[in-house]
Amino acid sequence: MKWDWNAVSEFMPHFWDGLRVTLEALALGSLLSFSLGLVWALLMRTPSRWVRWPVGVVTEFVRNTPLLVQLFFLFYVLPEWNVTFSALTTGVFAIGLHYSTYTMQVYRAGIEAVPVGQWEAATALNLPRLRTWTAVILPQAVRRVVPALGNYVISMLKDTPMLMVITVLEMLGQARLFSQQHFQFTEPVTVIGVAFILISYLASLLLRALERRLVR
Amino acid sequence: MSVETRPQPSLTDAQPTELIRLENVTKRFGANTVLDRLDFSVDAGRHVTLIGPSGSGKTTILRLLMTLTKPDEGTITVDGEQLFPAPEKQVREVRKKIGMVFQQFNLFPNMTVLRNITEAPVQVLGMSKDEAEERARELLELVGLTDKRDAKPTRLSGGQQQRVAIARALAMRPQVLLLDEVTSALDPELVAGVLDVLRDIARSTDITMLCVTHEMGFARDISDQVLMFDGGRVIEAGSPDKIFTEPEQERTREFLSAVL
Repeated sequence: MKWDWNAVSEFMPHFWDGLRVTLEALALGSLLSFSLGLVWALLMRTPSRWVRWPVGVVTEFVRNTPLLVQLFFLFYVLPEWNVTFSALTTGVFAIGLHYSTYTMQVYRAGIEAVPVGQWEAATALNLPRLRTWTAVILPQAVRRVVPALGNYVISMLKDTPMLMVITVLEMLGQARLFSQQHFQFTEPVTVIGVAFILISYLASLLLRALERRLVR
Repeated sequence: MSVETRPQPSLTDAQPTELIRLENVTKRFGANTVLDRLDFSVDAGRHVTLIGPSGSGKTTILRLLMTLTKPDEGTITVDGEQLFPAPEKQVREVRKKIGMVFQQFNLFPNMTVLRNITEAPVQVLGMSKDEAEERARELLELVGLTDKRDAKPTRLSGGQQQRVAIARALAMRPQVLLLDEVTSALDPELVAGVLDVLRDIARSTDITMLCVTHEMGFARDISDQVLMFDGGRVIEAGSPDKIFTEPEQERTREFLSAVL
């Protein structure tokens, strides 16, 4: 096996395309999973079990089925009922939905970790329910869960290659396409491997900095 | 220094106005009956201290009045309006008359000292931000923490946090101030500062105070009525002088000799 720098430089334009798609999927997927997870967590706290029960069943189902199966379902089965989205949109939705069933647990733990005295102080001051959530509970809960949410971002990054199976040309998709066209596997796969390490590492540095800021 | 409160009937009236009334109130936690068909009332402007062994139901009374917990039976009335049983909307109205200071301060750590004090007046009473901040300034002066307005609570000592909590409760201009063992979580050298502030408030305002404490000196100093609790009932009531010097009940004597 020999290393061919020419192949690397030929692959690079495709790599940048793939990187852009990977980061796009990661950013949008994260945003979706953060917001949807919070919605689930809040719905699970409503007094009505007619809300809690369906939310519990759906999220449990999504969490306990493989992301890969969900991707196939959304991309190949939904169009049977004339529901069609672009590959990237489908991918972002699947990743966001899948991870929202994890982030909801993170939020739940964060909300439960806010001392009961905070709720009592809010009651004693007669703060409206909504205000208690937005001004007292959530700011404290979210601060506590940032590290855990950050770990899921890194996890999501490592799951983005699955989008390849629904034709999204993220980094691995580009590498595979290039390999098949040029019969050179080592260089493109190595390049994206290094890229994954670098992104994960940078993300964890960023996360640690954010954590330090929040813990102050 | 004075703290405004709503107009209240003068104590020299021939017939004092009853402000708080608990009737036939029972509260159980599991198999444990904490309050047993308790009848209990407090007149406006009074400073009442509840004493008694732990588990005797003193704190539960404060928590019932603050609607942090609900009685299993009975009715609770504040200033002529029912607090329990009552629909949520009425509870919100009646609750405006009551403020509470907690053992663990319970300041909002995500807000500055100033915002801790202005948050509820702005959100609940609809005060303008300027008005609420002006009022917060006066209150911080009262509790001696003018220089801490922009600090986060976690940067303050326990005593300072508790003084902010007192200011926060007063900012809502309650008629009743509930004080739940407000010095129990403090280092001994910080207790005096908090008690001084409370003494000041007791003297300079006509706010009604309901106080659970183990500081017998303080109880004697500020209260005009002391209630001895045991087993979910008031077993003896009277002026601080009478209770602390010549209690009638053997149980009260025992308790006092154990804590004094």
